[in-house]
Parts: sequence; C-alpha cells; structure tokens
Amino acid sequence: MCLAIPGRVKSISGDISEVIFSGLKRKVSLKLLPGVKVGDFVLVHAGFAIQTIDKNAAKETLKLLKSL
Amino acid sequence: MEVCGTHTVSISKNGIRGVLSKNIRLISGPGCPVCVTPQGEIDAAIELSKKPGVVITTFGDMIRVPGTTSSLEKEKAGGADVRIVYSPLDCLDMAKNEPEKEIVFIGVGFETTSPTIAGTVLKAKEQKINNFSVLSAFKLIPPALEAISNAKDIKVDGFILPGHVSTIIGAKAYSFLKIPGVIAGFEAWDILRAIGMIVEMMKGLENSGGAIHELPVQIQYKSVVRDDGNPAALKVLYEVFEAADSNWRGIGIIPGSGLVFRNRYKSFDALRRFKVKVKNAKEPRGCACGKILKGALTPFECPLFGKKCTPDNPVGPCMVSSEGACSAYYRYGKN
Amino acid sequence: MAKIELSHGSGGNKARNIIKDIFVSKFSNPILNIPDDSAKVEGDLAFTTDSFVVDPIFFPGGDIGKLSVCGTVNDLSMKGAKPLYLSVAFIIEEGFEIDDLEKIASSMAKEMKNAGVLIVTGDTKVIDRKNIVPQMYITTSGIGKIPKGIDISSKNAEIGDSIILSGTIADHGIAIMNARNDFGFKGDLKSDCACLNGIVGKFISKDVRVLRDPTRGGLAASLNEIAEASGVGIVIEEEKIPVLPQIKAACDLLGLDPMHVANEGKLVAFVKHSYADKALKAVKSHKLGKNAAIIGKAVKELSGVFIRTKVGSLRPLGMLEREQLPRIC
Repeated sequence: MCLAIPGRVKSISGDISEVIFSGLKRKVSLKLLPGVKVGDFVLVHAGFAIQTIDKNAAKETLKLLKSL
Repeated sequence: MEVCGTHTVSISKNGIRGVLSKNIRLISGPGCPVCVTPQGEIDAAIELSKKPGVVITTFGDMIRVPGTTSSLEKEKAGGADVRIVYSPLDCLDMAKNEPEKEIVFIGVGFETTSPTIAGTVLKAKEQKINNFSVLSAFKLIPPALEAISNAKDIKVDGFILPGHVSTIIGAKAYSFLKIPGVIAGFEAWDILRAIGMIVEMMKGLENSGGAIHELPVQIQYKSVVRDDGNPAALKVLYEVFEAADSNWRGIGIIPGSGLVFRNRYKSFDALRRFKVKVKNAKEPRGCACGKILKGALTPFECPLFGKKCTPDNPVGPCMVSSEGACSAYYRYGKN
Repeated sequence: MAKIELSHGSGGNKARNIIKDIFVSKFSNPILNIPDDSAKVEGDLAFTTDSFVVDPIFFPGGDIGKLSVCGTVNDLSMKGAKPLYLSVAFIIEEGFEIDDLEKIASSMAKEMKNAGVLIVTGDTKVIDRKNIVPQMYITTSGIGKIPKGIDISSKNAEIGDSIILSGTIADHGIAIMNARNDFGFKGDLKSDCACLNGIVGKFISKDVRVLRDPTRGGLAASLNEIAEASGVGIVIEEEKIPVLPQIKAACDLLGLDPMHVANEGKLVAFVKHSYADKALKAVKSHKLGKNAAIIGKAVKELSGVFIRTKVGSLRPLGMLEREQLPRIC
C-alpha cells in the first residue's frame, strides 16, 4: 500500500535533506529519521525518509534472489 | 493472503500466480487503504471541498473514488479547488503562500503514511501555521490482521506481510499472529522468496505437530525492516494521533484500528475545525467488496465483476482504486 | 444528460468509444474507417490533422509550437509518407503575451526547417479570455506523399512480425507532469518531442508493415490498437523496454507505469521478421534511435497484447480507461 523508493542523501540542512534517485533530486524531510548522514541510502515515502537501507542486507538478499 | 495493496498489484503485474504450484492459492486482503475508507469519509471530504476558501489537497489515489453522489474529481470539475500533492509537506508551503486560504489534507493510508502527516502537523505547529488541517481517515494494520485471523469465513494459512508498513511498526508488531507470516519486499523475486519462506514455516509447524509456542515473524525484506521498526517515526505518530475504533468499508468496525487526533492537536483536525460529521452510507447493491476485502471471495466470484463493475464504471472501491483487488485482477488477469 | 469529461480526451478506452460512437459512425466512409493516424487519399497522398492543447505551453524539451509541427509530421511519417506541407490554425486567448507568441512561432519555424516541410497556409483567431493565465491552442494539418510500393497501416501487422521500439519511453509525459504540478523533482526530465521523418527514412521499405508513434495512452495504447486492427496477438518482453533511469525514478516515485505514459519522439514499427536486424541497425544509426530495441513480436496463439514479466510469466497489457494519476499507495 505504500510506494517508497530508495535514494542517496546528498546534503542535509537541519531536518531537510536533498536526496538523489537515479539522477532525480528532491527535498526530503528527516523528521521521522534523525541521525541520517550524508551518503546514507534511505527509503523515501511521501517526501519523508522512513528508514535507512542496510546495504549489506540488501546485497545478501540480492545474492539470494539471483540464485533462485 | 497478502495484506498490502502494493503487493496485490505487484503479484498481479508480475504474473506471480502463474508460476506457483497448484496447491498454493494467493488471496488478497484489506490492504488497499482507499478501498477500506467508508463512503461517509469521502462524503465528508467532498463537504469540506465546498466550504468557501478551502483548498483540498490529496494524494492522487483519492481523487476518483466515488462517495455517495460525487467524487473529488467531479467537485474539481465543478470549480472546487482540489490539488494533488506528492508530499503532505507541500501543503505547508501552500498554507504560507496563500494565507487567506484554508488548506485541508485528506489523510488516507496505513502506518507508512500516517507518520508523514504527523510529522507535517508537528512542522506546522513549529512554524505557527494556522490555516492547515487534516481529515484523518488513517487506519492501522495489526488490528485488521487480528480480525481476519479470527474470522470464521476465511481460512488463511499464512500472511505475506506489508513491506513498508513494517519498516515503521517493526516485526515485533506481529507477535500476536498464530499462523506463519513473512514480511516481504515488492519485487517479484522478493514475493516469491517470501512465499517459499511461508511454506517452509508451515512445513516446520506440521513437523512439530501444529503446536505454536512462539512463532516469530520472519523478515524477507531485510534491507529496511527491523524488529523494532522505526521508533522515531512511531513517537512522532503517537504524539499527534491516538488509536480509536474505526469503520472499515465492507468489514465493519474493528476496535482500535483507526487514528484520531489527540486533543492537544485538535486545531489540526479538519472535522472538528469545520464542524463536519462523517455519516454512515449505504453500500451499492450487489457489491461484494466487503467479502473480497476479507479474502472470503475472489474478484472473479463477484457477480458484478467485469459486467456491471469495470474500471470504467466502478461500483465499489475495490475497482476504483488501482490497488484494489478487483482493479488488479481485471487489469492483469488470472495470473 | 451525459456530459463530456476530461477522460474523453485522454487517449484511453473512453476516448476511443466517443470517437467511434459519435464521429466515425456519423462520418463513416472507407477512408475514415481505417484507424490510422493519417488518411490515404488520391492514391498516394497522406492527409492528417491534429490539435495541440498542452499545458504548460513551454516545457523542458519543447513548447506547443514544436509539438504542433512534430505531431503532424509524425502522423504523416507513420503512414510512410514524406511530409510536404502543413497548415496551421491558432486560437489565442486575449491577454496572451506577444513575446511568447514570437517564441512559439520561432520554434515552429526551426522545426519546419529541421523536418524539411513548409507551412503554406494558416489562420489566426483571438477569443475571450477564459483562463486565469491566457492559453493558446494550435491545430496543424498536413499532406505528404507515400512512396510507391509502401503500404503502412495499423491493420497490416502479420504473425511473426518483429516489433521495434525506437528509444526510451515515458520521457514526454513525465516532463509535462513535472512541469504542470509542483512535485518538487529536479533533474533531467525532458520531453522527447522530435520529428520522426528522418528516422523513418532510414529504414522504410516494403517489409515495414506498421508504424505508430505512441503518444497519449503510451506504448500500451498503441500496441492494443494495432493488435485489434490487425487481428494479431502481441507479446513483448518487459526487460527489453528502454526507460531512462531518471524517468523510471520519477515513475516509481509517482506510482506511474511508463507503458501508459505519453511519448512525442518515438515510434514502434512492425517489420517482417527477416528484415528486423537490418531495420534495427538502420534505426540505431540515426541520432534519435540510439536506444532502439526489438521488444517483441506478433503472434498467432494469443488475442490481445501480453507482456512477459521478469519472472517469465505472461500477463495481459491492456489500455487504461483514462490518464494515470500519481499515487502514494
């Protein structure tokens, strides 16, 4: 029920960040996810970052899925 | 059963049913927030749109959903100021740029979405914005899951649990489940893997004689779902809202399954602000959405499906919403 | 009393029904009844018309003027015709900026030279202002000459034909949506608006059976129209469809399916299977065809359009009833 897309945090100013999605940029609020750093990958829904993406877990899942 | 509209669409779009073995049946649950929003709430949104100086802001999902006699799209065609936004935060810019207007956001969604509106309300309070309010029709997933698990007319052996709702509420929120549940991502392979994990869990149960002492929910969507979810988001959510009984269209009242504004944020509650009441509305005749939303019937078993009820002329919410089971099944076929 | 709604103009099923039930039924004649973008008249002439009402008038990658020239040049090209002459009719609301009118006319002149066509006649009307920001609308009609031996029509697809797509999809629709609404996305979201007669010229032959430029309703709508007109089934491969990464990101963020989003500088061609590789090479040699690919084929065993998904399953790819809206769920 919820479209959320991964993007990379390019810059942060207060509780607003600029996030890049494959060349597309948008302002994203960090109000629901304090502690995010520049360079982190985050999941974005409705203009808010809702979770950081664990790259190792993502890699592991991808490896597993490729073997299916 | 999958309980997330985005899963319903992904399963249909990727033709997942077509590659499963015949003994696995996928049924769709009440995962489409638009579908479970009672007509009375939509009528209330339409009533708000008619008030002078009100700008209705909404996600695109809600704009075509029919209320009893109209829809936001029809009201817009008739001159109401209805605007689609990508983020509820965009409403605050509107509120600041148009101080003579009252910006009202139609809040429909589950736990992925409601914290973003809570965050927006807190920001509005910080910035002393006083021409912004929200119609809260938000709902919570775990109480609905519990209601389905206990329902007598459905037999579910396992749940494909919602990926993004779970990033917020965490795997621990499903600890009440007595049947296997796996939190799945949205790619075809994620869903197939999750189904495989459910089958493994079911085999494990069989081997242990069906006794469930502790059945931890498993996480397939490991990259973003943690056991405790996103505590900061939950804190923001429950600072602004509290749980209350809520009416799920076609299902009825599920205790503690909806969100209402806490008293200290009542100035942001559009219903209180504009003194609009949500009235009960009668369901369209012959519409089987209620049973479909519970997974008791498939869309193909509804007598109106594909005949009187099509995406072009939808009777019930399951066909109007692009995430509704009927819409997905109609568009993408049996597979 | 039934009224016209916006959805009647969106290129989906609802739009087609209005055209069929009201216009085609009353104007019916053998030439009109062929559902192509251009009509073939007097043996070897192609004749077409189109109206342009795009909002906003200026957008990344073009403007209403460029669109009005390319749209009609393309409709002629999709019949295999060499575009020759255009007419242009302007309807302008009172209050429209003359500077903007100059810009649009310059844009049209540039595109005219680019495509090698001449605007030979026109008309201008000024009407009462109806919008807060004054609008303008352009109608262009065009005539082109179909070379001997060339017979291109939506009803000509044959079983076994290969389907070539000339490049990335959804560029135009996304650029317009982003320009029209304030979704706050910044990036290279540009319309692909372009005249296709050059690229058609590279590979046109008697082995090209169908040409279509997938505008409103996107690639899905065009494929469905061709399947119905030709009476063939179509299977396309999801993995073969090219989409620019930033366009895919915008579609993902807004919950849109690129298959149903408009294009203004792409074509889809049904060619005889034995000609496919040569045709693809020719298309790729043109600057507008760098991302071209063979995306599928016309088949006997199915009715309608199907897409083979990433997991290998076949599922229907229908037309939408009306334009997609952004969604969050």
